[in-house]
Amino acid sequence: MIIADKVTVSRSGRKLIDSIDIALKPGQFTVVIGPNGAGKSTLMKVLSGEMKPDSGLVSYYGTSVDLCQPADLAKRRAVLPQATQLAFPFTALEIARMGAVAHGALNPNEEARKALSRVGLRGFESRPYPSMSGGEQQRVQFARALAQVPQPVVDGVPRALFLDEPTASLDLGHQISVLETARDFASAGGMVLAILHDLNLAAEFADHLVVLHHGRVVAEGACHETVSDEMIASVYGIAGAVGRVPAAHIPYILPQSRNR
Amino acid sequence: MKALAMPFRRTGEGDRTSQGVLVLFLLAILLVVSCLISLHVGPTGVGLRDLFAYLTGNGGSLTTQERVILEAVRLPRTALGLLIGAALAVSGAMMQGLFRNPLADPGIVGVTSGAGLAAVSAIVLGGGALAPIASLLGNQFLPLMAFFGGLVVTWLLYAIATRDGRTSTTALILCGIAIGALAGAVMGLLIVVADDRQLRDITFWSLGSLGGATYGRVLSILPFIVFVMAIIPFVAKGLDALILGDAAAFHMGIPVQRLKRVVIVAVAAACGSTVAVAGSIGFVGIVVPHLLRLAMGPSHRFLLPGSALGGGALLLIADAVSRTVAAPMELPIGVVTALFGAPVFLFLLIGKNGIGSRDLP
Repeated sequence: MIIADKVTVSRSGRKLIDSIDIALKPGQFTVVIGPNGAGKSTLMKVLSGEMKPDSGLVSYYGTSVDLCQPADLAKRRAVLPQATQLAFPFTALEIARMGAVAHGALNPNEEARKALSRVGLRGFESRPYPSMSGGEQQRVQFARALAQVPQPVVDGVPRALFLDEPTASLDLGHQISVLETARDFASAGGMVLAILHDLNLAAEFADHLVVLHHGRVVAEGACHETVSDEMIASVYGIAGAVGRVPAAHIPYILPQSRNR
Repeated sequence: MKALAMPFRRTGEGDRTSQGVLVLFLLAILLVVSCLISLHVGPTGVGLRDLFAYLTGNGGSLTTQERVILEAVRLPRTALGLLIGAALAVSGAMMQGLFRNPLADPGIVGVTSGAGLAAVSAIVLGGGALAPIASLLGNQFLPLMAFFGGLVVTWLLYAIATRDGRTSTTALILCGIAIGALAGAVMGLLIVVADDRQLRDITFWSLGSLGGATYGRVLSILPFIVFVMAIIPFVAKGLDALILGDAAAFHMGIPVQRLKRVVIVAVAAACGSTVAVAGSIGFVGIVVPHLLRLAMGPSHRFLLPGSALGGGALLLIADAVSRTVAAPMELPIGVVTALFGAPVFLFLLIGKNGIGSRDLP
């Protein structure tokens, strides 16, 4: 389990996140939602060990994250960052391979190839990263993260996958397939924490939904308990939008209806 | 079994490992050829056959004069050129990785100027204010001073041009201009107070030349260069990861701050020591890594050793050209590398895939 205990991060006098408690449990897909500037990315940085909280503690299975070497952390969790640009023409395979190398893969090429085909990029191995589209780049980065934690559970210890807006710049089909891959990771015993802006996707995939507002957790729990008109209105300022059909002349697409 | 049946089979799409190995192999051959050329050409030609005979241990066919030229002039000069070229190209490649920017080159961003200023200060003040340190360090005084000069500038650049792990190209280049101007001005001041002998040293130094090559100079920079080459296997993976950004590199288990400190020290060691013995020689650090990225991809596993081999070869060939085109006069080698390198650099900036046409992160 990865636990954050009363973590607070302040920058220039403002509390980006304010004494947040959160626990990532094995087998659980946790989704963080919240408006811009709510502290979602900061929370993820603190949980992944990238940022030191000003107060509070983050622990990986009882070990404080401060005591973990970067190389040890790299074996326990992988992180998908927001859009990354490169000045050097690495191929898709070379990027994905860095993830495999990071966890000490015996055959990094093979694992990188496998990861690329899991994100639907088989045949893109030799494409230079800078020449790919934004969505393809995002999926290459996802493949790199997958290659870093190829097994959700190793020797009984679950691995974690941190996804910062994994669906940004992806089309609808790939948004769903990326999240399904992440859900499979959680179902197989891993831990997943994703930041999402699309509330429909969040509601479909989250086992545990965390709503962040002004650096605080304002609601958390199962989606049907958390997502309510009142919550959406107070956090996003949009009222009367939950579970209602729009006016007749506006077509609407609900991807979560596909499984009915 | 497959691997046994086809030892040279392509390891697969997108993987440039075998390509890298092949290019490294070709570069090694090129380097050997460049060494032979460097030993061979000059006002007194030493025949290739005699050269082979000498190198394989039976130098009977050489005249005494040829033997003296070879041993006292050509061998140290070739060794020095090899070390300096390798160090310049590797430090360029490392710096480009550190700054995540293919335009970063110690010569362009002012590290060479800083090291040069320190070297000139050492020449001028070595007899006066810094005399006790100078006599204490002996042969290592000049390289060490230049090393610290380079270190200060690299650190300064990193502090000024990098915010949140991203380096601004504009800030980097402008910094280089400012530091270059400052170094030039202070050098001008030092030249005023220098005596005749010191002036000669400074002039020789600022043109850039392998002319004064001695075994002493080779030995004085050897520890620095050995250090730079020795860390290649330890920083290559980290520099690759760093290309994805500080955060991503940390996520992949790289101790980012330690890596950066090591690379900064290595860049300063390579620049400082070479500047101290051969003056400023430009463009090797940017042209060699860039050409190699085209040939073998940007992975530092191959780029760094490739730059060592390619940089050594390029500088030896440039030196051979500088000795022969205007014989018996000798062109400063900095002139030759600039004549070759500046157009290549411009070519990199323009063109369809030019660096200048991309908005760098």
